[in-house]
Formats: sequence, C-alpha cells, structure tokens
Amino acid sequence: MTAALVEKNNAAQPAARHSAPPPFSSRRTKRERAFDDVPRWQIYLPLGVYLLFTLIPFYWMLLFAVRPAGSTSLVPWPMTGDHFSKVWNERSFAVFFQNSMLVGVATLITTTLVALAGGYALARFDFKIKGGFMLALLCSQFIPGALMLVPLFEIFKNLQMINSLWSVVIAETVFQLPLSIILISGFIKNVPVSLEEAAWVDGCSRFKAFRTVVLPLLRPGLIAVGSFAFVHSWNHFLFALMFLSEQDKQTIPVGLNTLIGADSVDLGALAAGGVIAAVPVVIVFAFIQKWLITGFSAGAVKG
Amino acid sequence: MAHSAAVATPPPKGKESKRRSSTPRRLPYLLIAPAGLLMLGFIAYPVISVFYYSLQNYNVTKPWRNGFAGFDNFTRIFTEDEQFWPTLGFSAQWVVVQVTLQLALGLALALIVNQSFIGRGISRAMVFSPWAVSGVLTSTIWILLYNSSTGFSRYLADAGIGEYGTSVLSDTGTVFWAATLAELWRGVPFFAILILADLQSVSKELYEAASVDGAGRMRQFFHITLPHLRDAIILATLLRGVWEFNNVDLLYTLTGGGPAGETTTLPLYVANTGIEGHDFGYASALTTVAFVILLFCSIVYLRLSKFGGDHK
Repeated sequence: MTAALVEKNNAAQPAARHSAPPPFSSRRTKRERAFDDVPRWQIYLPLGVYLLFTLIPFYWMLLFAVRPAGSTSLVPWPMTGDHFSKVWNERSFAVFFQNSMLVGVATLITTTLVALAGGYALARFDFKIKGGFMLALLCSQFIPGALMLVPLFEIFKNLQMINSLWSVVIAETVFQLPLSIILISGFIKNVPVSLEEAAWVDGCSRFKAFRTVVLPLLRPGLIAVGSFAFVHSWNHFLFALMFLSEQDKQTIPVGLNTLIGADSVDLGALAAGGVIAAVPVVIVFAFIQKWLITGFSAGAVKG
Repeated sequence: MAHSAAVATPPPKGKESKRRSSTPRRLPYLLIAPAGLLMLGFIAYPVISVFYYSLQNYNVTKPWRNGFAGFDNFTRIFTEDEQFWPTLGFSAQWVVVQVTLQLALGLALALIVNQSFIGRGISRAMVFSPWAVSGVLTSTIWILLYNSSTGFSRYLADAGIGEYGTSVLSDTGTVFWAATLAELWRGVPFFAILILADLQSVSKELYEAASVDGAGRMRQFFHITLPHLRDAIILATLLRGVWEFNNVDLLYTLTGGGPAGETTTLPLYVANTGIEGHDFGYASALTTVAFVILLFCSIVYLRLSKFGGDHK
C-alpha cells in the first residue's frame, strides 16, 4: 500500500502543478465557456440553499450572544456586551482562552519542527527503516485517539503530568504528526533537489542550504500544516477534558462543555462562549483559505 | 529522487569534509528520531499496553481482583455485556450514514464551487468555514438552534409549523437525525475541500474532447470526473470513516450518549467504562475489539474498492 501511495503521490504532483489554475481566478477563456456552459440557476440555487444551511447556525449563535437576556428578537438589535463580560470574567473564559492559546501555539511549534525534520528525511534520503516508518505513519491514521484515552491517561499519570498543559500539547502533537510528516515530505519533494545541490556546490552546508533554499519555498506548506495543528489543538476536547481537571488549567472546549452541562443552561452566556471559541479559528481559517486548495492539490493528501 | 539526493552530496572542501562524509548515513535517523520516539512512546506503547491490559483484571476501585484474567474480559464482552452490541450497532449506523451523506453533499458542493461564477471566492470561504469549527462548538451552536424554548423550532411554531416545546434532542425518535444534521454541517466541508483540490488536476482537454464528441455533462461526470476522483474519494471516505467512528466530541456534548443510551458509540462507551468506571482492564478489552473491527473493515474496504489499482 505504501509503495502504491508514494508512486501515485509522485506521479500526481507535476500534473497537478501544471494544470491547476489559481483557485480564485474566475476568468474564463471563450474556449472554456463553450463547453462549460452550466445554466446560472443550477449554480446559484443549490449554492444559496447550502449557504443558508451553513450560515444560519453561525447567525443564530451571534444573535444569542449579543441580544439581551429574555429578548426574542430575530435581529441583533439592541446589542449588549453583558454575555461576553459574564463568560470572560465570571466563567473564567479569560483563563481558558489563555490556556487554549498556549496549547495551540506550543502544538503548532512542536508539530511543525518535528514534522519538518521527519518530512525532510523521508523526502531526501533512502534509509533502511524508511519503508517501515512510512507504514507506521499510515497505520497510525487508523488508530482512534478516543480509544487511546485510557492508556494515555495512565502514562501521563505515571509521568505526573496530569493537570499540566504539556500533557495535552504532547498528545495533540503526537496525533498530528503522522499526517503533518506526510504532508511536509510531499511539499519538500516538490522542491527540486538540484536547487539544494547548487547551494552545496557554492559551499553551503546541508543545513544552510535547507534553510536558505528549501525553507522559503516551503512557506505555504508550513503555514497549512501549522494552521492545522493550531486549529486541531484549539478545537480538541477529549484530551483536555481527561488530562486537565483543575479549573484554572482547562481549555475553551472544556469550558464550553461546562456551560452546556450547567443545571440551567444560560443560552446567552453559552453563545458568547461559542463566539469566543470561534474567533481565533475563523481568523486562522480566513488566513489559510487560499492555501487550502492549492496545499491539498499539491498531492500530499493522497499519500 | 531521494536516492540521488543522498548520493549526490558534492565533494566538499576543507574542514567540512569529515562531517559531510559521516552525516548522510546517520542524518536521516537523527531527523526522524524525534517523531519516531514520540510515536513509540505515545502511540505504540499505549497500543501495546491496551493489548496487555485487555488480558488483565485491572480496576482501580477493586484492586483486590487485579491480576491475569485470560480471555475473561472478551468472553464478557460477547456474552454478558448488554451495552456492547447496541453501541457497536449505533457506531456502524453513525459511520455509514455520516460518510455517505457527507460524501454525496461534499461532492455536489465541490462540483458547484468548481464552476466559474461571480462571487465564487467568498462563497467558497463561507461554505467551507464550518470545517474549522470544533465538535464542542458545533454542539454549542446546535443546542442554541434545537433549544425548545428559544430555538429554531419555536420560531417555526410561531409561524404555524410544528408544535411548541418539542426538543429534538430528548426524543429517541428524532435525536439521531438531529445529531446527524449537526455533524453534517461540520463534516461536509472536509469532503468538499478534498474533492475540490483533486478536481483542480483534471485536465481541461479531456472535457473539451468529450464535449466535441458530443458527450453531455452527465456522461462527462461519470466517465471523466468520477474516475479521476476515485482514489481521493476512497481514501477520504476511509479516513473519514475512522474519524467518525472515533468522533466523541460532538455526541458527548450534544446528547451525552442519551437519551437512554440511544446515541452511545463504542468509543464513548469505552471512555465511560475506563475513565468514569475505572475499569481499565475491561475498557482495554473493548478497545482491542474495536481495533480489530476497524482494521478488518478498513482492509475489506480497501480490497473491495481496489484502491490504487488500475481502473482506467
């Protein structure tokens, strides 16, 4: 399976790079229009329906977050910031936000660095256990993290890391690594070896050649991998729920869960908490959006 | 490519020569060491310990019973456990329904936003956005929507559709579809993004040729687009299947596995048994069974779908 995947991966890349149009250009040549003539309503009607399905839930959350308690208005006016100040101060979302940020950024850094090293080894070297390592990466995709909770809990208990944010960072990093390594090695393979060789001839060390020649070209790929790592760890719930029981160590998803589970659910506060949870990922998403399609179509997902 | 890289290390000059000649052999191992060690410690070791504990009685609250259990845990799963089969059945139902609907909707969505039309960029950004939202946040949003007093149904009831005071989450008849809809909202963009990415590499000439030959849009779709997407779809559905099987966040927070255990998946049951029930031995045996089932299903799926095979 590994060999087939790798082959497919290599074969797909050049084609993908040549024929992929920039994903956001909507300019069409006349020739294209001739055979690509979909009636407009067949695009806008289903798209409109789907957009409603996507956006109404977001709107609903925003509405509940800003309208005063007891209001049943369907427009967010008059607005109030009460719910936000309540969750931020009374429900400790300020602390949760800080913890989630720490976990997210730490996971981003460790995942990217470790995956960069591993991805470079896979892309540029032949070594004895390479096949086995690839196979291990692929197989680990099929191991459900939720089923690893119990043994991981035991491990972190033995390491005395329960209630330390590092337990979550390590667990998130480990489960992010396989896909990140596969993605990064795909990106590195896209950079011609000859570029590096030229730098070696000029007297650069391998590391310097990598840093000055390869790394700048990897930027879009690294941004994609780093953002995945951040978004995933920002969103992940179970590890944080199980490994962090002290309230001042908890993260945003755990805080939201507490709000959901409260005896009488305060919907305004819950919605405000949801908005706080959404803001960073929405920002990251808006930022990486344009790299998402090109990053994936570099063929990496197939491997 | 990789081979030539290792061999092609240029003849270095002066001081660097010693280091160069020795590094290429050790360097790849040094580079994969951090990843390898982390995965050994936090994936391989836990997996092995799961297998080990599955053969043990290991319960923190009943330490006097701890010790080797042989296959007792497994016998208990298949003969005594009244929750195992229902949770497994629900997991299967959940995975099949989610993956099928997400694929169908994701494919349709990708084909639509792959067309050229005014407002494409912003439409893509908007329809893809739930992809970045967490399971807990999805639950939060849909709890606000499903809420019986101020949720969507209340406004529908105001307009004369449906009844007041119905909560779809506490009714065993509706809870499955309520949870399914919430998870679809978040899951469809994943397929749409992957398929859209793969659509970028279909050669335009193929469509042109087909349309010159008089093939309609339907035939182009079934004879060009779908075969091209084949491997991406197989891999995406498989990964998503495992992921949905594994998905605990949404169900745990949205329904809590209820009402009346109606929406408890196998992983949720494992987590309850192991962490809340402290019965690590039995939870490990359940985990082992789940592993074997997943592995078996994945292999069968890859075989049946002839993944990576020559299908042109």
